[in-house]
Amino acid sequence: MRQEQEVLKLIHAAYIHIPFCHHICHYCDFNKVLMNRQPVEEYLASLETEMKITLQEYKSNKLQSIFVGGGTPTALNEKQLEFLVTAIQRNLPYDQTTEYTFEANPGDLSIEKLKILKDAGVNRLSFGVQSFNDDLLKAIGRSHRAADVYQSIESAQAIGFKNISIDLIYSLPGQTVEDFKATLKTALGFGLVHYSGYSLIIEPKTVFYNLMNRGKLRLPGEEAEAEMYEVLMEQMELHGLNQYEISNFALQGYESRHNLTYWKNEEYFGFGAGAHSYVGGRRRSNFGPLKKYMEPIKNGELPVLDDHEVTLPEKMEEEMFLGLRKTDGVGIRHFTDKFGYNPSELFRKELSDLTARKLIEIHNGRIMLTKNGRLLGNEVFQSFLGVSNH
Amino acid sequence: MNREERLERQSKIRNFSIIAHIDHGKSTLADRILEKTNALTSREMKDQLLDSMDLERERGITIKLNSVQLMYKAKDGEIYTFHLIDTPGHVDFTYEVSRSLAACEGAILVVDAAQGIEAQTLANVYLALDNDLEILPVINKIDLPSADPERVRGEIEEVIGLDASEAVLASAKAGIGIEEILEQIVEKVPAPQGDPDGPLKALIFDSLYDAYRGVVAYIRVVEGTVKAGDKIKMMATGKEFEVTEVGVFTPKAVLTEELSVGDVGFLTAAIKNVGDTRVGDTITNAKKGATEPLPGYRKLNPMVYCGLYPIDSAKFNDLREALEKLELNDSALQFEPETSQALGFGFRCGFLGLLHMEIIQERIEREFKIDLITTAPSVIYHVIMTDGSEIRVDNPADMPDPQKIDRIEEPYVKATMMAPNDYVGPIMEICQQKRGVFIDMQYLDETRVSIVYEIPLSEIVYDFFDQLKSSTKGYASFDYELIGYKPSKLVKMDILLNTEKVDALSFIVHKDFAYDRGKIIVEKLKELIPRQQFEVPIQAAIGQKIVARSTIKAMRKNVLAKCYGGDISRKRKLLEKQKEGKKRMKQVGSVEVPQEAFMAVLKMDDNTPKK
Repeated sequence: MRQEQEVLKLIHAAYIHIPFCHHICHYCDFNKVLMNRQPVEEYLASLETEMKITLQEYKSNKLQSIFVGGGTPTALNEKQLEFLVTAIQRNLPYDQTTEYTFEANPGDLSIEKLKILKDAGVNRLSFGVQSFNDDLLKAIGRSHRAADVYQSIESAQAIGFKNISIDLIYSLPGQTVEDFKATLKTALGFGLVHYSGYSLIIEPKTVFYNLMNRGKLRLPGEEAEAEMYEVLMEQMELHGLNQYEISNFALQGYESRHNLTYWKNEEYFGFGAGAHSYVGGRRRSNFGPLKKYMEPIKNGELPVLDDHEVTLPEKMEEEMFLGLRKTDGVGIRHFTDKFGYNPSELFRKELSDLTARKLIEIHNGRIMLTKNGRLLGNEVFQSFLGVSNH
Repeated sequence: MNREERLERQSKIRNFSIIAHIDHGKSTLADRILEKTNALTSREMKDQLLDSMDLERERGITIKLNSVQLMYKAKDGEIYTFHLIDTPGHVDFTYEVSRSLAACEGAILVVDAAQGIEAQTLANVYLALDNDLEILPVINKIDLPSADPERVRGEIEEVIGLDASEAVLASAKAGIGIEEILEQIVEKVPAPQGDPDGPLKALIFDSLYDAYRGVVAYIRVVEGTVKAGDKIKMMATGKEFEVTEVGVFTPKAVLTEELSVGDVGFLTAAIKNVGDTRVGDTITNAKKGATEPLPGYRKLNPMVYCGLYPIDSAKFNDLREALEKLELNDSALQFEPETSQALGFGFRCGFLGLLHMEIIQERIEREFKIDLITTAPSVIYHVIMTDGSEIRVDNPADMPDPQKIDRIEEPYVKATMMAPNDYVGPIMEICQQKRGVFIDMQYLDETRVSIVYEIPLSEIVYDFFDQLKSSTKGYASFDYELIGYKPSKLVKMDILLNTEKVDALSFIVHKDFAYDRGKIIVEKLKELIPRQQFEVPIQAAIGQKIVARSTIKAMRKNVLAKCYGGDISRKRKLLEKQKEGKKRMKQVGSVEVPQEAFMAVLKMDDNTPKK
């Protein structure tokens, strides 16, 4: 019982995965399938059952954040979308103070779909814009074009969405720093409250990975990538957007609670094929293939592929490498209260090394990345791994 | 057994090995032969070896499977004892191959019916012919659509000069021709000659170390008889022992009453050091032993030296223990402690060749779980000082100041290469590049040429063999022997990382190639050493003079951008992988240097500008 009460206190966030896409992007390694002839309705029904079973096990009072991602959630047709938001409404506790985000592909959202979302209480849209250069969009396998973004954002704003974010990707094949500056300028021209800027990472099982292995992918290189990142940080700052995490920027008060759930090392539900969750001190992942995901649910079982308990040392290491991604870093007091160990002592050697290398700084009781540390975050993050068991 | 019984048994022994190019079906054929003879083994063996004990079951001895006794009931109704002896297949182990072949009277030569004869096969065929073996050609894979057995038959006759008219047409995979091969072994491979009552002469063709019984020597009895309790002597070392067990492999180790002329099996005698049972040595009786050993014994001396250092300095003693254990099983391995400013405490180790070096390195990493830095291999240089004294240098870092050196001499080998005449051009080109001196060229027949060069050993230990193979499509065979030392214009090249000299990266190079090699190695190191948080200059220097430089740029960006949809475990794994990569690097001064960088000097020829 005690366990359940703790969970009730802890879980404030839910992620819902819609693995369907009309097109597959060249860089995407998330769990996804081409939508054509897929059992979408059956999947959505399974999703609802999964929420139901999970919520029976881990009762939650009110979610602070719901995030529907993919895949492409907006690839669902109106009927399917309606079913999805209703299923969420029926099973997940939320209200108008909840941050309720839908990931959207520019060009996918008709007025009708926007209305369905709005009526269901969705209050945040995150558009996968990636670039405003049509040639680059084509080259990375996106189906939308820059013009679609204008149309989508205008419609969304007209319907009443205020909290809109766009995702950009830099260090794309063939992209120059000038090119990225142009994309940034256009993006900032929308005057939105939130932006994310991710550098391209070539993942296995993607078109880009295969091209790279055959020597057919021309990436801008580490220097250009670093410069683009610096330009991104500069421009965001100039426009009053606060960098609250390595890749995320927002006006005060519009930081994404969904993102912060991960970086604060808090627990979250994860629903859908291939979704990840962190519940009751356990990290779990669901089966990715649709059939394997739906099968156990038919029998009233959770479709869990992997399930492991996070040990205290792991939790503390994760608190560091996740927490340090945030600009405000890791609070020494907060860490100590949460785990019963003082990070300054636990990671004494690592912290002093990293300080000497000017990658982190400690002040006002917080451990934070320096500006250079932001560029070389992995150097910092990895140093905490495997330390606290000793 | 009395003399008559022994002689009777002896007349029905057939000892042979299989010579084949990789992929031409050696192991499939061996499996087929085992299958065809197996039925008999289990039934007849029990009658024959009543007192046999199963070593494996008894104490769990581990067996290198390189000789096996088989029973074959031939068409003449008689039961024959076959010993199938396996051979290693690399030039570093040419000597071991020749000793394994010396344990046989015959060899099955397997040639692919589509591909014909390949170079490595040839080298071993010549070794077999040197040992006067009866060679039975087998044309394998005749069921392939591309098979052309008649062409291959002609090739065997022309290239090797063997009569191939009775070559068996076989498909080991499909089980075609196996009986015929077995019958030919009975008919054509001579029975062992020798007097079972004479003084013992047993050839050691391999050995291994077993924790319980000490050294297990793999032997072929050529004269006399040996049994448990006999006092024996190793003729090369003079060491004496009392035999504790003799036996054969079926392939399980099975104890036997005795081993007599023609038998191939093992012997243990509480021998604690593999160095006491040297491959090629002759075992005889301690008293009234043979006066002459069997021919062909050579003491193997290391030809190549390199430094082995644990990446984690705390593992120095573990490394010592690992080397000591490996030494028990490998008398050719030598080592002694040494210190490097850059790498700390380690060992200078001597090996037969590069492959031997790689095998030892890999075994230490795998079996003993010690991550290693291996420095580039070096030969032993003779350095004659201005004051007339002479020193031996097996580590480039120990090379004295140039001002104090009168001259440096380096070891040369006589390299003999055999290949079809189409490849004479490429072979000569490689030999010239490697500072070779042309000695001789002879046509062996219409199409085959033997080319002899004298080449510095240091050039051979780099990538000579690989280059030879690739530029002759694998058709060239290669053998070398040390012929002595000759003066060369050699200089020591130092490498500086972040302006600090890294002794472990120093190497010796011919003066005429020094500038080019310096340029290549700084570029190579730039590729191999990952970016650090700061810029790292790399310089190549001869004495005080910098001859080449390059720069590793500072690391600019290394941070995971995304959150992987909440997949924190994946994030952790990525970071762990990066951290693991670092653990395999050695901190040299302020620079983290990966293992491969210390071997960079080896890879220099990858991009030697073609002149």
